[in-house]
Amino acid sequence: MTLIQETDYGTPASRATETVTLTVDGFAVTVPAGTSIMRAAVEAGIEIPKLCATDMLDAFGSCRLCLVEIEGRNGTPSSCTTPVAEGLVVRTQTERLKKLRRGVMELYISDHPLDCLTCAANGDCELQDQAGVVGLRAVRYGYDGDNHVFPTTRDGADNFKYMAKDESNPYFAYDPSKCIVCSRCVRACEEVQGTFALTIEGRGFGSRVSAGMHESFLNSDCVSCGACVQACPTGTLMEKSVYEIGTPDRSVVTTCAYCGVGCNFKAELRGDELVRMVPYKDGKANRGHSCVKGRFAFGYASHPDRILNPMVRDKVTDPWREVSWDEAFAHVAERFTAIQAQHGVASIGGITSSRCTNEETYLVQKLIRQGFRNNNVDTCARVCHSPTGYGLGQTYGTSAGTQDFDSVEHTDVVIVIGANPTDGHPVFASRLKKRLRKGARLIVVDPRRTDIVRSAHIEADYHLPLTPGTNVAVITALAHVIVMEGLYDEAFIRERCDWDEFQDYVDFVSDLRHSPEALESVTGVDADLIRGAARLYATGGNGAIYYGLGVTEHSQGSTTVMAIANLAMLTGNIGRPGVGVNPLRGQNNVQGACDMGSFPHELPGYRHVSGDEVRDVYEEIWGVPISSEPGLRIPNMLDAAVEGTFKGIYIQGEDILQSDPNTHHVQAGLAAMDCVVVHDLFLNETANYAHVFLPGSTFLEKDGTFTNAERRINRVREVIAPRNGLADWEVTQRLAQAMGLDWSYAHPTEIMDEIARTTPTFTGVSYDLLDEVGSVQWPCNEKAPLGTPVMHIDQFVRGKGRFIRTEYVATDERTGPRFPLLLTTGRILSQYNVGAQTRRTANVIWHEQDILEIHPHDAEQRGIEEGDLVTLTSRAGETTLKATLTDRVSPGVVYTTFHHPDTQANVITTDFSDWATNCPEYKVTAVQVARAAHRSEWQEEYSEHAELSRRIIEREPIHGD
Amino acid sequence: MATETLVRMANQIATFFHSMPEAERAPGVATHINKFWEPRMRAQLFELIDQGGASLDPLVLEAAEQIRRPERVDAR
Repeated sequence: MTLIQETDYGTPASRATETVTLTVDGFAVTVPAGTSIMRAAVEAGIEIPKLCATDMLDAFGSCRLCLVEIEGRNGTPSSCTTPVAEGLVVRTQTERLKKLRRGVMELYISDHPLDCLTCAANGDCELQDQAGVVGLRAVRYGYDGDNHVFPTTRDGADNFKYMAKDESNPYFAYDPSKCIVCSRCVRACEEVQGTFALTIEGRGFGSRVSAGMHESFLNSDCVSCGACVQACPTGTLMEKSVYEIGTPDRSVVTTCAYCGVGCNFKAELRGDELVRMVPYKDGKANRGHSCVKGRFAFGYASHPDRILNPMVRDKVTDPWREVSWDEAFAHVAERFTAIQAQHGVASIGGITSSRCTNEETYLVQKLIRQGFRNNNVDTCARVCHSPTGYGLGQTYGTSAGTQDFDSVEHTDVVIVIGANPTDGHPVFASRLKKRLRKGARLIVVDPRRTDIVRSAHIEADYHLPLTPGTNVAVITALAHVIVMEGLYDEAFIRERCDWDEFQDYVDFVSDLRHSPEALESVTGVDADLIRGAARLYATGGNGAIYYGLGVTEHSQGSTTVMAIANLAMLTGNIGRPGVGVNPLRGQNNVQGACDMGSFPHELPGYRHVSGDEVRDVYEEIWGVPISSEPGLRIPNMLDAAVEGTFKGIYIQGEDILQSDPNTHHVQAGLAAMDCVVVHDLFLNETANYAHVFLPGSTFLEKDGTFTNAERRINRVREVIAPRNGLADWEVTQRLAQAMGLDWSYAHPTEIMDEIARTTPTFTGVSYDLLDEVGSVQWPCNEKAPLGTPVMHIDQFVRGKGRFIRTEYVATDERTGPRFPLLLTTGRILSQYNVGAQTRRTANVIWHEQDILEIHPHDAEQRGIEEGDLVTLTSRAGETTLKATLTDRVSPGVVYTTFHHPDTQANVITTDFSDWATNCPEYKVTAVQVARAAHRSEWQEEYSEHAELSRRIIEREPIHGD
Repeated sequence: MATETLVRMANQIATFFHSMPEAERAPGVATHINKFWEPRMRAQLFELIDQGGASLDPLVLEAAEQIRRPERVDAR
């Protein structure tokens, strides 16, 4: 294994289709028009010396090292900024060029420390390489004059040009003394990340990179995405892990385990020590970019809280007892079998993890269907995107986003509904912002003024700040305007959709009760804004809708998804690049977990269990009858547990006590069960109620695949051996074996082969194919051997697209005198979901606790000031947290995140849920806020209980174990 | 499951289908419940229906004859 060095072509690829031919040092090379001479030379196998150029960024032409001579032209132009032309004769290495380059390099080095041997970038420094490349042998100028290198001058006085190292960011350091002012970091922050946190301060020789207005990186707008560190050609911006460990010597390409964007990274290691994660340029979801979580927040894998041995206990009030794997599996098998014997086949079930691989979720649902002999399997998609599955299934015929992320580059009008991509899906947000800066228009539908509404060089044309819970009203009003003003795409609808259903839909949506004016009092959105947004989306060119959990996590979540699908069909925005309906998935493998049959009503590939044909497929290879009845969904399991008919559960990598709504109810359900098996990295909140703990492995410790929000199947590769001894698929397999099942998978590739053999949309997928082409988007089969970037091109999966009436129904969760405010929940860039991983990294520096956002007007009425501890009360429960005053939320609306267990925002959320899927209504809870003197009684009790339930009695090491 | 929760879920489904064209209403409710409700939930629903189903939306009652009555419920 070696370190993967990706080719740097110096400038981005040209998209032109016409080609030109030129010669570089006598070699003919043909490239697309618009390509730089620098890039054409690389194509011809010739690397022109360079410092300020890199192919992630537009050409800049400042370093003057990449000079070339062109026959018939004067001077020595920079090859990065000079485009190719037909018949050019370029020379890259002449006496004149050599002399010029050496002179330039000599000047650079005259203001750069010569501590290469002890520099963190030693061996990984382009400046060092280029000094060698140009043959620099001496520097004539010395350091006596002005410099940025030494803190003091030769006579001992302070050197005011010197700036000390900035180590404020937990993950990387900025050492201005090593900066060559190539601007690559500043341009990366602008062009790639789109945050504009960095700039060049000063003029001429005094120029230096500066975070914000000469601030520390931590206090600036920097979002710690790492793009600048990656772009830096010297040791100026460098990962602290490289300072501490040294340079890596091998890399493994794998996929991030945080959000649904699914970025590819090179995990760079020395031995089995992970040095850093570097975004992979060939990653088709991220194209070489990353965010603070995937790039830096992997320290949880080696956190001391990791549980590495299996544990059991008889009662949840007992301390944990460490046992051998065999003992743990035998214990679970014995308990589950006994429960089924006493309470019936349907009295146990399981939850697959959206953080585990496809292969692992496939095995868990297989264990439940083949081993438990029922369909009581669900996944955390229940609480996030189950309405997407239902809504898109009903209208288009399949449960998936229609596009790839590259599609956004062809979009003219973007609608973002109920999503906060700069925090939740940061790498996609960067790609979106790049397109917006190039002129695409933006409509945001969100109760909060999120960063995408207005930030550096981005401003939404329309922000519709709706009252939480009124999505259906707003989207149906948009459709009303499009229909009434005749802006719909009749040709598309006639060809692609059911015309009768469209007529029915027109009758429905034309009614004046759906007009923006009639709904103004319900939605709180100015009717003119809705009319303007509808016109823009219908007439502005390629229109693409991106949505998140602000759409799905409502009583009418499924209806909203259908309303969105209607809107796209109405305007013909389906079936080509640049358009579509794109759910932004929360977790790394939510899409995959759903694809793999994790829902209680369907087998892999979204095929309902009542279908004889699909059951036949699995009955034949699994050798058991499969129940044709739908199983219990997560909330139903908890209900059945309280009722006494559901007694045992196997939970793989999911913390339902923290992530699911109405914590009291989840607690009651878990407490009522006889055998709760938690399979996780840490003793999470759910484990407080567990009888068996099976330690899990991180994404760094196993092979498999994740499927991201674009349906892209990405490889996860074992970077280091599992610290707990077994990869998660092996844990499930050993458990299945203990329960008498005849499983013998030797490697996850065999599991994928079984998936491909049984699932029509996966028949072409294999690890060999993924190793060859990197990744594919399902459907991947005979019809689409390399996958399907855009769906529904000639026809919808279901045949004709189906318009469905979407009547707005107010949620039962209403404000009133006792609970006059509406709470909505969300997340923040630096933390991920319940925080189990990110809270165990240095990311806590950005978000130590959950904070309540409240409008100054509401705060003043309640005597609340910035930073006050407040009580948040709903019909379901009460908690306390600190408040911040902001007009990002409208009066009447408050907002918080759910990353920290001691806040437990879900004590507040109710058990109201989506009508079709039981997806909880996280986004609307009626609450009251008041100043608090101390933490709530419940929080104190909870902390005490959590501490008690985490006691462990360590096992004596057993010989030969 | 708490009767209140079950009734709310059934009535929520009925509410959605109320806005559909007449012919699709009752079949829509029945199909949805058949596809997504585990037998225990359907058995509990039929207990309510058999008692007259006073708290249920009339559309749920109308759909009842098309909802599959569970033959036996394992876990009980």
